[in-house]
Amino acid sequence: MDELLLIEAVERYLKDEMSAQEKTFFEEIRKNNPAVDQMVVEHTFLFNELEKQSNVKAYKHSLYEVESKLAEEGLISKSQLKGKAKVVFLWRKYKKNIAVAASIAVLVSLVTTGLIITYNNKVGNTAVTDLIGKIKNTEIEVGKIKDSLKANKIIRETPKPDFRATGFLIDGKGYLVTNAHVVNRMKTIYVENNKGEYFTAVSIYTDPEADLAVLKITDTAFKTMINLPYSIKKTNAELGEQIFTLGYPRNEIVYGQGYVSAKSGNEGDSTAYQLSVSVNPGNSGGPVLNKNGEIIGIITSKNSVADGVVFAAKSKNIFKLLDAVKKDSDTLNIKLPANTTLKGLEREQQVKKMEEFVFMVVGN
Amino acid sequence: MSNYQQENESLRGLAANDRDVIEAIYRDNYPMIQAFILNNSGNSDEARDIFQEAMIVLYEKATLEGFELNCQLKTFIYSVCRRLWLKRLQQLQRYSSLVENVEDMVPVEEDIEHEKHNSDFLLMETAMNKIGEPCKSLLDAYYIQKKNMQEIAGEFGYTNADNAKTQKYKCLLRLKKLFFAQYKNGQ
Repeated sequence: MDELLLIEAVERYLKDEMSAQEKTFFEEIRKNNPAVDQMVVEHTFLFNELEKQSNVKAYKHSLYEVESKLAEEGLISKSQLKGKAKVVFLWRKYKKNIAVAASIAVLVSLVTTGLIITYNNKVGNTAVTDLIGKIKNTEIEVGKIKDSLKANKIIRETPKPDFRATGFLIDGKGYLVTNAHVVNRMKTIYVENNKGEYFTAVSIYTDPEADLAVLKITDTAFKTMINLPYSIKKTNAELGEQIFTLGYPRNEIVYGQGYVSAKSGNEGDSTAYQLSVSVNPGNSGGPVLNKNGEIIGIITSKNSVADGVVFAAKSKNIFKLLDAVKKDSDTLNIKLPANTTLKGLEREQQVKKMEEFVFMVVGN
Repeated sequence: MSNYQQENESLRGLAANDRDVIEAIYRDNYPMIQAFILNNSGNSDEARDIFQEAMIVLYEKATLEGFELNCQLKTFIYSVCRRLWLKRLQQLQRYSSLVENVEDMVPVEEDIEHEKHNSDFLLMETAMNKIGEPCKSLLDAYYIQKKNMQEIAGEFGYTNADNAKTQKYKCLLRLKKLFFAQYKNGQ
């Protein structure tokens, strides 16, 4: 008997889809032919294993969801630094080593900064392009038509954007992160979600060094969004880690995937990663996530000469950025999402869950 | 005892992947386990890991036919977590004598069994990862995500469900070969 036919038969037999006649026939063959019987046993085992795998996966996903819900409530403590006593102990133990290491580090950093400065002066930065997109006139027309369609809803000034980039929410109250080079070129800023709704936004802080900016949606039409599905990673991503990104190189949200190809960015910039992923102008400011749905970086630029060499600011910079924002003004209370609910999900579902939190940033 | 009956009832809910039951078990037991791990040179991330592992052991028990709890669920979970944590500490060589805060315990040597199950699960996962596309996505869509054949045919661009089905069985045979090759190696 053909194995292909047999495996089909076994599946139908196990699912109880056979007619009574077929069933007797099948059992007859099984009884008379030990080789067939052996195969039936193997196939049954395989199907059971597959079924088990499916169930365990679904169960694990439930565990993750319950866990993050309870962490939100505070029943489960979030990761935290260990007690003071331990730190003091470690400090005493390693005081000498730290002193030596620190002085070496200072020396090395002085030398490298010197080198980088001289090197930079010679080479210049022409090989790297910012990934902010210029919007063609036709697309502006499309935007206009789209808006005039919506005009009967709310009459408002139609944005006529010149530049396009990407940003993502870090707090459902309307705080987004995008690139500083994006914001610097825009006088008025709008953000548009995946449903095509425009909101006005202002830049409340920029850090040109890390090339990051924080935007606040000021539009009264914007409703606070809850349950940001992703979290922001405090530690570094690993070399070779699989990543994916969402962004707006076109008027529609675009998915891209790749991997971390180096732990430092352009010319050894340790606050950035080098990624291998396909991105285009407009992807600037887009989130880079790992398979667990943790944001590990923000797309900033790509090498215009070499193909597939993309740079992304590390997610750590977001925390630094927020510290600076808080110093600037005490009244702002930005709360970063602490847990990812994307862990253990298939990629399509991860994207579906998070796409409404990724915005197109446009302006002129 | 009616208490055990109730707990066995909730285990059946767990086996059926009932979110409310999972949540209730977390609520009732997590704080105890977290305190235990924190008191024994662990941190909160490790507590989460261990508890999750224990929940998977519990799931495997609950899905076994005829499994009945013969002690309190709390005791069972504590014992499993304790064992898992001891093992983890030994691996990390952080072992020091444990601080105990719950008196009664049940022996859970069976968690060796859990490891075997776990590795079966891994075998299937590695076999799945080895078969390559489009087989992987196809089998995943049908057997793991439980989509129907019509839907899959559309998604993968097969002209009809029958073609997709034939392809699926071819993939299944490849999976079988890979799976059993590993299975025999493992034994």
